Amino acid sequence: MLSLEKLTKTYRTGDQALKAVDLEIPEGQVVALIGPSGAGKSTLIRCINRLVEPTSGKVWLGDIEISSLGATALRQQRRRMGMIFQEYALVERLTVMENVLSGRLGYVGFWKSFLRRYPQSDIDEAFRLLDRVGLLEMADKRADELSGGQRQRVGICRALIQNPALLLVDEPTASLDPKTSRQIMRLICELCAERGLAAIINIHDVALAQMFVQRVIGLQFGEIKFDGPPDGLVPEVLTQIYGEEDWQATIRKVEEEEEAVE
Amino acid sequence: MSDALSLHLGKPWKKPPFIKRAWLRWLIAVGAIVYLVLGIASVEVNWHRVYEGLDRGAAFIASFLTPDFLTRATDIREGITESIVMTVASSVVGILISIPIGLGAARNIAPLPVYMICRGIIALSRSLQEIIVAILLVAIFGFGPLAGFLTLSFATIGFLSKLLAENIESMDRSQAEAIRATGSSWPQWINYGVQPQVMPRLIGLSIYRVDINFRESAILGLVGAGGIGATLNTAFDRYEFDTAAAILIIIIAIVMALEYVSGIIRARVQ
Amino acid sequence: MPVSRLADGRKAWQRRERKQQLARWAMWLVGTAIFVWCWQRISGATTWFFVLDAPHIAGDILERAMPPRWSYISKLWWPIWDTLNIATLGTLMALVLAVPVAFMAARNTTPSRYFIRPLALLIIVSTRSINSLIWALLLIAIIGPGVFAGIVAIAIRSIGFCAKLLYEAIEEIDHSQVEAVTATGASRWQVMAYGIVPQILPAFAGISVFRWDINIRESTVLGLVGAGGIGLQLSSSLNVLAWPQVSLILLIILLAVVLSEWVSAKVRGAII
Repeated sequence: MLSLEKLTKTYRTGDQALKAVDLEIPEGQVVALIGPSGAGKSTLIRCINRLVEPTSGKVWLGDIEISSLGATALRQQRRRMGMIFQEYALVERLTVMENVLSGRLGYVGFWKSFLRRYPQSDIDEAFRLLDRVGLLEMADKRADELSGGQRQRVGICRALIQNPALLLVDEPTASLDPKTSRQIMRLICELCAERGLAAIINIHDVALAQMFVQRVIGLQFGEIKFDGPPDGLVPEVLTQIYGEEDWQATIRKVEEEEEAVE
Repeated sequence: MSDALSLHLGKPWKKPPFIKRAWLRWLIAVGAIVYLVLGIASVEVNWHRVYEGLDRGAAFIASFLTPDFLTRATDIREGITESIVMTVASSVVGILISIPIGLGAARNIAPLPVYMICRGIIALSRSLQEIIVAILLVAIFGFGPLAGFLTLSFATIGFLSKLLAENIESMDRSQAEAIRATGSSWPQWINYGVQPQVMPRLIGLSIYRVDINFRESAILGLVGAGGIGATLNTAFDRYEFDTAAAILIIIIAIVMALEYVSGIIRARVQ
Repeated sequence: MPVSRLADGRKAWQRRERKQQLARWAMWLVGTAIFVWCWQRISGATTWFFVLDAPHIAGDILERAMPPRWSYISKLWWPIWDTLNIATLGTLMALVLAVPVAFMAARNTTPSRYFIRPLALLIIVSTRSINSLIWALLLIAIIGPGVFAGIVAIAIRSIGFCAKLLYEAIEEIDHSQVEAVTATGASRWQVMAYGIVPQILPAFAGISVFRWDINIRESTVLGLVGAGGIGLQLSSSLNVLAWPQVSLILLIILLAVVLSEWVSAKVRGAII
């Protein structure tokens, strides 16, 4: 469904963030992207919807090649890719409802969106999504009145109302406490399963990634160092991705926690 | 599907209004429209005159490309020098006077009677515009740069003392207390406990005020209080746009240079 | 640590090195010399004989100005209305023009960094560095005296001020919110309306009211050069030395300044 061919990004400073990355993600698969800071995780997902322009290489979404599209066609394809951000990136001075509806911006014209005249179907869908994530009462609150976990749920609604085929998720739990982190990860993965969405989730918490996803990709210095099921992340692999460290505790903790959760 | 959700589905949604009380919202909207209509209607515009003026406007803009520095070179040089002289002298005197007044206007270090007097001076200085002060001072002291110098000094006091006082009032108490705890006298306390905290900001504000004083000095000449304003006024009166353009270019250049220098100095003291 | 030796060979602590100390003294010396020179120029251009007489003259003026001629107020209502219009309409006109200039000047929204941005910055610095009275002089020469010249003068003077504060606010916005709106497939204008405008709206409102307050002050004196408002009456009263009228007008100006400051503080308090 999504495939990357020799995707390369070199920043103007000369930093090579991505070195000819090849990747294939089938329909409905949830993938975790792990790696140390500066490995190019964030650049990789931003190159897919071209918030960052790739230097070379191709991005295929279905049978459409994204990286050569013009501005209008790119906007249409961006509608098929929902994005969830690290610090939620909600427009803080707008209400929760406006934030959710902003996910439909690619579908409605400028004046309709400016006057907040969204089609009734969009409004119904927004309420359904807010109900699904348990924030129906918050609809008319301003986004900056919400807690971190609540904001991220709004962010999820905004991505889903686009009716995407693919979710790009950038460090969804980086600014949340451990319990909320898990709830958010679980919610994202459940929603992906319900709707048959594929997702790429950037995440630095290896244990959390192992708990929820079917496939893990390890990135280091812009190259894929690991690609396989979560239980393939043995200490040797983690050392290869992150460098020397005692990994046993990390992995064991996960297994124990999983038992505890079940 | 939850009950709460079914209440919302199929119903239109509207952004909650910024002002919640409906009557207030309407009052403000209607009031604004009525004012705008009355206001615009009461402005008499002689469109014919404006249309004729467009040529002169174009001529003025064109004269920026061919400014004439030479025809009135002596007047311009004298005027600009006088403006700079007034700026320097009034900034020095104004800053020197505003420091004690600023100290006196800070509630956390001054006794109440001193505080009231200093705040009174500040309020007076701030509510009178430079140009009006200049008119009165010209009437009292006669034409010339002395009136301009006094005007700018007076305005500097209002501006700088107020900001200095606010700065002192918001300073870190514990540092000042620590100095007082050593058994220091009042001047020592100010010198060691207060001065280091407010100095960088005082320097920054002073430089900013120099900038403002120069800009203001350019208009004081309109009422006879010295500086480049008189020359500029004459140039406009005689429609000598190329001379006026030359003067304006000099003013803009000096203001830009001052802003550049003040940027460097502020970066260094902070 | 800078230390020097006393005559008997003991060490003494000093705050600064000798070289630094000398440099500082030299700076103070040059500074004082400049100030003295400036003062001499001012003094040379002053007729000190008149200045010695100043307290007497001041007392004389004060005596003649008191009490204000209250009945003159009936002729001032219309100029007061004009003054309010100059300030308000001028501010509105300035805001309309300042918004596009600010967007062109902000590094993150400018369409072109090397051509349009410098142009916008030039507009900002040139309108800002010239006082509204000078703009009024110019406009009177171009479009003739009257309220309209005053409005335009206030508007031009305010463009640079408002645009500068606004573009600084635009440069400080949270970029991730803009990125998030872009990622939904929004068009350039939608990104503007949803990602940028909500973030700068409070700053915009604050700037408008702040500038309106300043413009009320400035519009009271524009009449001195013939650009309408209460300054016209001030000017004509001064010309015929009608001091009781002058004192009344000054009182009204003072009142207007205090009122506008109060209004602007209230409104800003309500917004933020």
